[in-house]
Amino acid sequence: MRLAKRLHSAALRNRAFLGALLLFAVFYLVYHMLHPRGFSSAVLIQNTNESVAIVFVAMAQTLPVLTGGLDLSVGAVMTLTNCIASELLTGTPAEMLFGALLTLACGAAFGCVNGLIVVYGRIQPIITTLATGAVAIGLALLIRPRPGGEVDDDLSWAMTNTVFDFAETYGLAEGGEAAWLQPFAAIPVPLLIVLAVVLFIWLPFRNTQMGRTVYAVGSAEGAAYMSGLPVERAKIAAFTLAGLFAACAGLYLAIQTSSGNADVTQAGAYTLNSIAAVVLGGTSLYGGVGGAIGSLVGALILRVISFYFRILAIDPLLQPLIEGVVLLGAVSLGALRTLRVKNRLELFR
Amino acid sequence: MPSDQPFIQLAGVTKSFQGIRALENVAFACRKGSIHAILGENGAGKSTLIKIMSGVLAADSGEMRVEGRPVRFSTPAEAAKTGIVCIFQELSLVPDLSVADNIMLADPPKRFGMIDRRRQRRRAEELLARIRCEDIDPDALVRQLSLSRRQMVEIAKALGQEPRLLILDEATSALTSRDVQTVYDLLAELKEQDVACLFISHRMHEVEALCDTLSVFRNGRHIETFAKGEKSDREIVHLMIGRDVETQFPPRPEPRRREPLLEVKNLRWENRLKGIDLSVGRGEIVGLGGLDGQGQKELLLALFGVLRQVEGTVKVGGMEGVPASPAAARSARTRIALVPEDRKTEGLMLQLPIADNLLASAFARVSSGPFIDRAKAETAISAAIEKLRIRLGSPRDIVATLSGGNQQKVVIAKWLMVEPDLILLNDPTRGIDVGTKQEIYRLMRDLAEEGKAVLFYSSDYAELIGCCDRVSVMYDGRVVAELEGEGITEEAIVAASLNIAPEAAA
Repeated sequence: MRLAKRLHSAALRNRAFLGALLLFAVFYLVYHMLHPRGFSSAVLIQNTNESVAIVFVAMAQTLPVLTGGLDLSVGAVMTLTNCIASELLTGTPAEMLFGALLTLACGAAFGCVNGLIVVYGRIQPIITTLATGAVAIGLALLIRPRPGGEVDDDLSWAMTNTVFDFAETYGLAEGGEAAWLQPFAAIPVPLLIVLAVVLFIWLPFRNTQMGRTVYAVGSAEGAAYMSGLPVERAKIAAFTLAGLFAACAGLYLAIQTSSGNADVTQAGAYTLNSIAAVVLGGTSLYGGVGGAIGSLVGALILRVISFYFRILAIDPLLQPLIEGVVLLGAVSLGALRTLRVKNRLELFR
Repeated sequence: MPSDQPFIQLAGVTKSFQGIRALENVAFACRKGSIHAILGENGAGKSTLIKIMSGVLAADSGEMRVEGRPVRFSTPAEAAKTGIVCIFQELSLVPDLSVADNIMLADPPKRFGMIDRRRQRRRAEELLARIRCEDIDPDALVRQLSLSRRQMVEIAKALGQEPRLLILDEATSALTSRDVQTVYDLLAELKEQDVACLFISHRMHEVEALCDTLSVFRNGRHIETFAKGEKSDREIVHLMIGRDVETQFPPRPEPRRREPLLEVKNLRWENRLKGIDLSVGRGEIVGLGGLDGQGQKELLLALFGVLRQVEGTVKVGGMEGVPASPAAARSARTRIALVPEDRKTEGLMLQLPIADNLLASAFARVSSGPFIDRAKAETAISAAIEKLRIRLGSPRDIVATLSGGNQQKVVIAKWLMVEPDLILLNDPTRGIDVGTKQEIYRLMRDLAEEGKAVLFYSSDYAELIGCCDRVSVMYDGRVVAELEGEGITEEAIVAASLNIAPEAAA
């Protein structure tokens, strides 16, 4: 009874997130039903591959938003790290591992600089990151003036297919034939990568004092300060983690496309989509409410919408129009609750 | 018995804000095991003093010693490490985190570097139980709690930091009577444990009941410190304001029948209002009494058009129906004004200039066509400032720079600009100094004499007794008693608040 009550109140608190999850589930199920090769491993792999980058960028955007800011550089940091990775992901496995770690470190460092400027320069996040985002694109163009790169082909193949393909490529688990591996053999590797980042970076962070401080700062910065919390360090941590997640996106993009591309338009589009994904996933733009898992689901919703254009005969020229309308509709669902609020003062709290 | 060793000692402490002295050469000490009251009007320097002690502000000069060792705090966290914990008037809770998260915010129990939620929850439950708030769910968001419950969470949070000097800044002003008693008991318990307490309150009877030592501040100076009982109330008030005060409340006119302006019958909303009957006549001040949270605030909000789906009949100036919104309430034929519960969020736009705040409800009255007429606006602003005697530097200063009492005057002045017929007041004197309180009482009576109707909710029974022509006491969403004239006594209000017959209370 008590458990039921607690579950109920937890559900109420996470209403926005649960709504997003439901929306995604419905969209994706219908998509599979309409797809000629629906419910197949091949479609799943293709979909996950196309979703990883936006999922990571949306997770990256979540942290600055939780503190009550916006990060307009997440797309640019993805592009920058994409170009860095395209230079580093070659040679022996050890070299490639080192290259991957260095790429992630670059992203985190860039995010950290964002945080330092916001905190010690006392400049609003939105304008700070507008500037540093341009810097990131500039650096990316210096590294890779034209698209290209020599990312290891085996790596690229192994990371963008199923667990079986991964094992086969690297001769692990008897070339993928081991009996214990079979239950997992069909799972796409990119799905596991996202899961690993959520399980080993996001969830632990959320449960540290630093993570909680990020929420506290976004919800009531004055109260957080008065409670003796490390407000400044929490903001820096939020931007650093945002840089790291954006670098995850850049790294994966390099592996997926076997190349780096300093694409300005793409960087901008990813940044804007990340904001949409964060909102769809139930994170408040005022800060303090939400989480990266919600943004992950939000990003998936955005992706599924675009998948539909492939299987339905819709004029490609109409795509932005329809995407915009669907996005507006989805975000409006979140506003439905305000119709039920009987004390109108609560709308402003 | 309080020991004689001071826990904290200040000498020669001075602090200025933009050239204005907030504290001047203050020497002050607080002993262990003492409950020490700090008295003074708003702007006397009390808040600055405790902010310096708790690490929010740094003094310009002077020194501070804790148990004889000189200290200097640059953040509240450093002060908390020394055992100085402050319960601030402006709540220090984070609305989007759970009660348990908030209580353990500064130093949560950890396992492997991560917060141990189970242990945290248990600890929060223990602390809540210690202040008899088992009814608060540790998993609820602070956002969902009422102001009085939040205040109790704030107290639990302070307790969790194991204070050696606990500072309560108007910490009881939002509490229900039951919780106030709990806090009294808690302070007595802490005193036994040799914890020092600094207690700031505008309610003299609380100070009487609790404190053993009193210090009076005025204009940034420490005037005098003395043991309880050494001076009469009158002498203390004299020290505080530097002059004698006449009777606290303006005289009440003879009761007579009045033409009702507001008539409420069987008003219902959600499960908070359960059929309210009430009437307020022109020229009359009607008080709303009862314990905190019996529906008084909701009633005022309903009459002001804030709540949706209100049932029952309401007649305002002969017209039936509640206003559709605050905008409608303000501009209807019979105009309604509400001085809201929380002046910082609902009453004022803190970061805007005083002038803009004053005009906010009355732009239409100072405009020609779509444009605000500078000259008309200036006239209206200076008239309002003069009428309420608001003490300010320039009307262009942002309103947040004013003291609490003057901020409240701005809220009231703003509403008087629309020349309301019915004035709803939600605890307008909460956290305000004695002098300003008296001005507000006087103003209410003047408004009534001009023929306006006043409906006044107060959590302070003395105000209801002193100010009101009639008092409607609420209990559980209903009016359970209507007191009139000489019948308005503390016993009668308390008995009705607890919904018991007066004899049972005696």
